[in-house]
Amino acid sequence: MKVVYADNNATTRVAPEVVDAMLPYFTEYYGNPSSMHTFGGQVAKKMDVARQQVAELVGADPVEIVFTSCGTESDNAAIWGILRANPRKRHIVITRVEHPAVYNLGKYLAQSGYHVTEVGVDSNGMLNLDELSDAIREDTAIVSIMYANNETGVIFPIEEIGHIVKSKGSVLHTDAVQAVGKIPINLSKSTIDLLTLSGHKLHAPKGVGALFVRKGITFAPFIVGGHQEKNRRGGTENVPSIVGLGKACELAKNYMDKELTQVKHFRDKLEGEILEKAPDARLNGHKTHRLPNTTNLSFEFVEGEAILLLLNEKGICASSGSACTSGSLEPSHVLRAMGVPFTAVHGSVRLSLSRYNTIEDVHYIIEHLPPIIRRLREISPYGREMKMKEQASRVSAGI
Amino acid sequence: MWDYSEKVKEHFFHPRNVGEIENPDAVGEVGSLACGDALKLMLKLDRSGRIADVKFKTFGCGSAIASASALTEMVKGKTLDEAGKITDNDIAEYLDGLPEQKMHCSVMGREALEAAIANYQGVKIEKPVDEGTIVCKCFGVTDNKIAHEVREHKLTTIEQVTNFCKAGGGCGSCHPQIQAIIDEVWQKEKEKTIFEMARKPVKKLTNIQKVKLIQETIERDIRPTLQSDGGDIELIDIDGDRVMVSFRGSCVECPSSKVTLKSTVEAKLREFVTDTLIVEEVAS
Repeated sequence: MKVVYADNNATTRVAPEVVDAMLPYFTEYYGNPSSMHTFGGQVAKKMDVARQQVAELVGADPVEIVFTSCGTESDNAAIWGILRANPRKRHIVITRVEHPAVYNLGKYLAQSGYHVTEVGVDSNGMLNLDELSDAIREDTAIVSIMYANNETGVIFPIEEIGHIVKSKGSVLHTDAVQAVGKIPINLSKSTIDLLTLSGHKLHAPKGVGALFVRKGITFAPFIVGGHQEKNRRGGTENVPSIVGLGKACELAKNYMDKELTQVKHFRDKLEGEILEKAPDARLNGHKTHRLPNTTNLSFEFVEGEAILLLLNEKGICASSGSACTSGSLEPSHVLRAMGVPFTAVHGSVRLSLSRYNTIEDVHYIIEHLPPIIRRLREISPYGREMKMKEQASRVSAGI
Repeated sequence: MWDYSEKVKEHFFHPRNVGEIENPDAVGEVGSLACGDALKLMLKLDRSGRIADVKFKTFGCGSAIASASALTEMVKGKTLDEAGKITDNDIAEYLDGLPEQKMHCSVMGREALEAAIANYQGVKIEKPVDEGTIVCKCFGVTDNKIAHEVREHKLTTIEQVTNFCKAGGGCGSCHPQIQAIIDEVWQKEKEKTIFEMARKPVKKLTNIQKVKLIQETIERDIRPTLQSDGGDIELIDIDGDRVMVSFRGSCVECPSSKVTLKSTVEAKLREFVTDTLIVEEVAS
């Protein structure tokens, strides 16, 4: 079956160059990097190279890179690491649109005796910076705010946020899982203290991630064990995947221009033509402060899971923030935080591209998505008349 | 990944009876855009009272569309009484099963059908005041509805309740209340069983005793209620457990007399005589 993969914010294809770089570390170079013998030592050297590659992509010093098992571990390590190192500070600040790795950790902390403040967003998904500033207190141990949103692609003004956090004397962590590899990041000139990145979002394999911890930040290890990663993360390193992550970061740096030009061009074409061909559709998220590869569209009066099922029949892989696909009965917390109207919140579709998508892929989706929406609208008991009525009653009620 | 049966997929990709009927005899609407799923069901009856045509429109996920499509196939050719006996489990079975988390889709089908039948019989679709109090604010589910689902499907956990009627699937703040309802239902059921066991063996009524008791109950508990609305009832015959009655006065024209037959006459007779009685309306 033909597959058009447009779900790259969920995961990406592992680059063939990455696979090639990894294979010898399963077969030939299987030593433990902590061993004293040369056989293990050569593996440690290769890990240093990978660390250098990761550091270069984000403008960090290699010593500031800690390898982890995934983005979620990095997020947990960052927040717990700061909380444990500052036991007297019991307050954290996050946003209402964080990825579950941070959002649900926030809920857990709130139930465990910590104080958690969630900062809201406007209808474009942009953060309210005054609200953020007011939220930071003297006992705020850490502020954790994502770099770019996984559902909408909206990019937060992280440096501006960093200045606010610094002026209030707190620490800034950012979940940059969706941003790293898609947009340029330079941590050498940045207010960010900790940054999370994940391998499988940038064409490295699943099961590997990294946490940037700025020199001078007091940080307690999340996984306590051996002396690996300079005592910042216990456990024998996942060497092949770390080598793969290094290679993927090197490739990402080389392909950055392509992300910002070709991928963005494809995304804009896809988004523009679908919005033109499908009536009663809207873009969720800020139009310009956005990742180059992501578009999140809502189709009113139809439901997202049904759209995905029909797209799936055509071999198109996408995501939705609808209740039926979120695993709960409520639609995406991100779209709800943005106040997406109830006529549209259940009918969202996220399309996320990568450098492996072709113009044929874009045409294929443009050809098949609008008829699917039409087909479902024919089944739906709701339509534009209902919206008109709703608006009329709101006007007459003076709302 | 979707764990749908082939039959669900078949009905989703090729839904039967989509559309609307002009001048329908009955319309049932449940759900809303805000809830994430909704179903509008329209029925047309033939002269003998059987469902001659049925159409639906659904806003919802794959299994919601498939459940509605299946329901329309199931009710075709049935009388409203026969159709009214279809349960959500029947709909799920017809589709070779639904994933646990999707059972509320079949519940929506049954509710739309109930609404349509009530609509035909002239009963207001607006729920009566004693419908209960809202427990789940996110999805507007009442305590009575939750208790009904718990009894009907023998549910024992909050998660199961959420699967069947969505209650508790939002913010989660009502979970303690849902648990309390589950506990209360099963506590009551337990007491009921103990009570019934204690009551047995029931002395079997002789035919003479049964006829007398039925007559007394009609005189004492049924006729006064009907007469207060300008109607009346006459006992025509009794054959085993079948009780044949005929309405008089304003009851003859009353569109809700069918409901009265079951909800008042039959219920009272079952309560005071024996719970196996079946009341039927016959021409006199």
